[in-house]
Amino acid sequence: MILQSQHKEFQARVRRFAEQEVAPRARELDRTGEFPHDLVKRLAELQLTAVYVPKEYGGAGLDTLHYAIAVEEISRSCGSTGIFLAAHSSLGVFPIFFAGTEEQKRKWLIPLARGEKIGAFGLTEPDVGSDAAATRTTARIESDTYVINGTKRFITSGSIADVIIVTATQDPSKGYKGISAFVVEKGTPGFSYGKDEEKLGLHGSITSELVFEDCAIPRDNLLGSEGDGFRIFMETLDGGRISIGALALGIAQGALDAAVSFSKASKRSGKPLYKMQPVQSMIAEMATEIEAARLLIYHAAALKDSGLPYMKEAAMAKYYASTIGMKAANMAVDIHGLCGVTDAYPAERLMRDEKLMEIGEGTSEIQKIVIAREVLGK
Amino acid sequence: MDLIVCLKRVPQTAEAEVQIGPSGKEIVRDRLTFDMNEADSYALEEAILLKEKFGGTITVISLGLPDAEDTLRIALAKGADHAIRIKAEDFGELDGFKTASLLKDALVNVKFDVLLTGCVATDDSLYQVGPVLAELLGAPHATLVGKIEIAGEKAHVNRELEGGLIEHLEMSLPAVFAVQTGINEPRYASLIAIRRAAGKEIKLLGKDDIPSEHRVNSTLEKLFVPPAGKRAEIMTGTADEVSARTASLIKEKGLI
Amino acid sequence: MNFDLTSDQKMLQDQVRKFAQTELAPLAPEIDKSGEFPWPSLKKMAKLGLLGVIVPEKYGGSGFDFVSLAIAIEEISRACASTGVIVAVNNSLTTYPILEFSSEELKKKYLPQLCSGEKIGAFGLTEPNAGSDVAAMESTARLEGDHYIVNGTKRFITNGGEAGIYVVFAYTNRDLKHKGISAFVVERDTPGFSVGKHEDLMGIRATANCELMFEDVKVPKENLLGKEGDGFKICMNTLDVSRIDIGAQAVGIAQAALDEAVRYSKERKAFGQPICNFEMIEALIAEMATEIQAARLLVHYAGFCKDKGMQKFSKEAAMSKYYASDIAVDVTRKAVQIHGGYGYSKEYAVERLYRDAKILELYEGTSEIQKIVIARELTR
Ligand SMILES: Cc1cc2nc3c(=O)[nH]c(=O)nc-3n(C[C@H](O)[C@H](O)[C@H](O)COP(=O)(O)OP(=O)(O)OC[C@H]3O[C@@H](n4cnc5c(N)ncnc54)[C@H](O)[C@@H]3O)c2cc1C
Ligand SMILES: Cc1cc2nc3c(=O)[nH]c(=O)nc-3n(C[C@H](O)[C@H](O)[C@H](O)COP(=O)(O)OP(=O)(O)OC[C@H]3O[C@@H](n4cnc5c(N)ncnc54)[C@H](O)[C@@H]3O)c2cc1C
Repeated sequence: MILQSQHKEFQARVRRFAEQEVAPRARELDRTGEFPHDLVKRLAELQLTAVYVPKEYGGAGLDTLHYAIAVEEISRSCGSTGIFLAAHSSLGVFPIFFAGTEEQKRKWLIPLARGEKIGAFGLTEPDVGSDAAATRTTARIESDTYVINGTKRFITSGSIADVIIVTATQDPSKGYKGISAFVVEKGTPGFSYGKDEEKLGLHGSITSELVFEDCAIPRDNLLGSEGDGFRIFMETLDGGRISIGALALGIAQGALDAAVSFSKASKRSGKPLYKMQPVQSMIAEMATEIEAARLLIYHAAALKDSGLPYMKEAAMAKYYASTIGMKAANMAVDIHGLCGVTDAYPAERLMRDEKLMEIGEGTSEIQKIVIAREVLGK
Repeated sequence: MDLIVCLKRVPQTAEAEVQIGPSGKEIVRDRLTFDMNEADSYALEEAILLKEKFGGTITVISLGLPDAEDTLRIALAKGADHAIRIKAEDFGELDGFKTASLLKDALVNVKFDVLLTGCVATDDSLYQVGPVLAELLGAPHATLVGKIEIAGEKAHVNRELEGGLIEHLEMSLPAVFAVQTGINEPRYASLIAIRRAAGKEIKLLGKDDIPSEHRVNSTLEKLFVPPAGKRAEIMTGTADEVSARTASLIKEKGLI
Repeated sequence: MNFDLTSDQKMLQDQVRKFAQTELAPLAPEIDKSGEFPWPSLKKMAKLGLLGVIVPEKYGGSGFDFVSLAIAIEEISRACASTGVIVAVNNSLTTYPILEFSSEELKKKYLPQLCSGEKIGAFGLTEPNAGSDVAAMESTARLEGDHYIVNGTKRFITNGGEAGIYVVFAYTNRDLKHKGISAFVVERDTPGFSVGKHEDLMGIRATANCELMFEDVKVPKENLLGKEGDGFKICMNTLDVSRIDIGAQAVGIAQAALDEAVRYSKERKAFGQPICNFEMIEALIAEMATEIQAARLLVHYAGFCKDKGMQKFSKEAAMSKYYASDIAVDVTRKAVQIHGGYGYSKEYAVERLYRDAKILELYEGTSEIQKIVIARELTR
């Protein structure tokens, strides 16, 4: 009912695909930690790898709300596939779509949008997380190249990506004004990988360390102008927050689905679980907060689609959806009782997967600072 | 009696912090709320009161961006009959003179007995548009108007001068009055009136409708926030403490 | 749903906000203290059409939809919670059931009086021994000739002491359990009807909350709403609608608390800087703003479902009521916290807002009851 016709049809289409092809894989991906290359292919075939990018650049030519719905529905079935999709579309594709020249778009955006290539975004460093303006990775000009040195950490899809957007500073004394964004292609000499992370959750997604040692890239690989890096990644994160919100929402909805079906199927002392008040209370809280999160996310997406300011709303959506998502996943585990801590049921995986949403792309604390500054008019 | 009211939609800056945009010539609109200029809402109310007394129609006009239509619609809901928006997006840089001459061109075919403006718009504080428009229209005008009475072809108006003086004028109609705040008590639109106003037409005038050249007499160079001066110190405490502090300050500053 | 307000909704919001901030907000501390029912404000609101927001023009109303009503209630409650409740009860608990369930004659007779502010409405459901458990009510109505004879006592009735028109529930057939409850419109000056004790409340203190006594009150037969036995259905449907407005009240009160907290945190200094610079204060402000926005969207969504003619919107209404009231209590508490000791003093509005918010979790179905409604819909 929140969605109108075209978005509703799209939702039904993505949901059908997710339920039929993605959901059955979730448990196995979590166990094996394998990356689902075949699902990426299917996402590409269904034009889900760059929902909001215009058709001329290989995307589906739809709006941000469609994109949020896609991430939500995929994540409802599998968090790992969801974060791949969100990171590829928002972090790999967006910076080039936003700041790339026509030539750069033809070269990189089209294959990324079509899902022929995988994208990643290297911002976080071993010592630089929330305070991304403090980037230590450097770039210096040498004849017709930029030479990049430094290490990036926690980069989603990093070691399998074909195209990586990397932020680096040309002059640390200039602070955020010295940061630029560059495109680095897989296989560039001087670019290598550290080890992939072993994580609490999202086992089917790859999180890598990227190492740049005198890695020389053509001058044409600069996105925007020198010093535009901060603006590019702030814009990327604003949009990315909507998709992380949608990801958190999808997982939360998955947790509610699991809780409802478990409570209907199980009995304690002869009484179905769902008739017990403590269970009812948890289900009502989860469902209410999930609906509120959905409205916040769709609202932020709708604002973006109308060309209106949406920074505060995107931060609210991300902060709120991840907070209540974690709470919902926790409750789902509680409702499952002992079954909630075994991997025979999805609840514990959802809880592990959801935790990242409170951290990635700006922790809840950072979102709150963004929101408060807007509200306080600072 | 036919009335015209000029309305401007302005940012509400009393409590908000105003930030200057990258061009250095405009403020950042994103975080601000916009509303009918305060003095204009009194001008509108005055027009409605005159209409209630003498009959006739009210035309409201605004030179503004599309959101100015929200302001015009509120005026329609409160009692205006016709509304015109001159599309500011079509006319580039504006100053008091250009604004007045665009308004004049837009109003050439609108008959009026009384044209009301606010005495000043709170955003750029020009105090110009009313008088310049009157001159261009060849009508007598009065500024800082605090009271209007109409008898036959004549208007009797009070102007509020400094020092609490009131100037009483007799003027012939048609005339232009720039109205002070506080002259009346602006009403609220009723819900029914709002619903009716929602469907009313707002006439749009763009470049093609006002083709003649309009020049600005002044060009905006830049907007800036003045550097903060040294703060005044307010001394509190007993008389002894305050005088001791005063003495030491005078010494510190090398005044004795 | 449309996240954008329509042009008339935007204008309504603008005008009601200005009216409420100028005319109602200055009176809020006064009537909180005196407990005086704000008749002068109600007369002004009647002129603007705020007492019959959803009533069609032909019955004297303004003809707006339910999202618009929620917007109006939010703005009024943001300025004065007591006035917000009074107006909400008149609109969704009195004009709504009459509009939805009565005969044309009854509509013509009562709606114009309720819209014009000549009389104010009240909703008599709760009894000393029947709150959440509506079917435990003891009031009865028995048909004698052309009249129903109503007997019983109602408690905690908002507007009770000042209303002229009451929607009242009583058993016409106790054997049928909740299917034996019927609803009536009762006028104040009917013999046998009297107003009992005036409640001394923690918050929303100017709402004339009173006990109502019915001793052989003769109500004309045609004042029955719907058919005999429809009372429970009418009550549930009416509460679904009015829960949207409780949500709107909650959003309004919470927004007022945030407004106060933002202003205060910029002015108040500690350790040499405004307290809004401390990250823990920022975090509180961010939580408050986010929860208010979420609640507002839930309220508008529930209103949208009703406006679109969705048959069952109990879940959406319950979610908006439960969530908005929950966060209103939380947000007002945080606003007091941000004010420090001053927040505990009647000198600052947040003290009142904190007290005003609590009732939202209780009336028209406690939070526990809302949760049961929501969970039932999800597990049916
Ligand atoms: C699975 C996974 C995938 C990821 N994918 C990517 C990716 O694709 N690309 C990428 O660039 N990064 C990625 N990240 C990194 C992620 O965005 C960062 O972990 C995140 O920004 C937080 O940074 P940090 O871990 O360095 O924490 P820190 O910045 O060290 O924060 C630690 C704590 O301090 C708090 N804190 C920090 N500063 C403040 C402040 N000013 N005020 C109040 N509290 C503060 C934080 O809230 C947090 O609780 C990923 C991380 C994970 C785990
Ligand atoms: C200021 C004010 C204004 C009011 N205005 C009106 C009005 O205008 N008209 C009107 O008719 N009434 C009105 N009421 C009454 C109000 O709606 C009732 O107080 C409310 O429905 C709760 O009923 P109760 O007080 O009898 O609580 P009870 O029903 O006795 O509930 C006590 C506690 O038990 C819990 N509980 C009850 N049943 C269950 C259950 N099945 N499962 C779990 N928990 C349960 C409740 O949630 C609550 O926490 C008003 C009350 C107040 C205080």
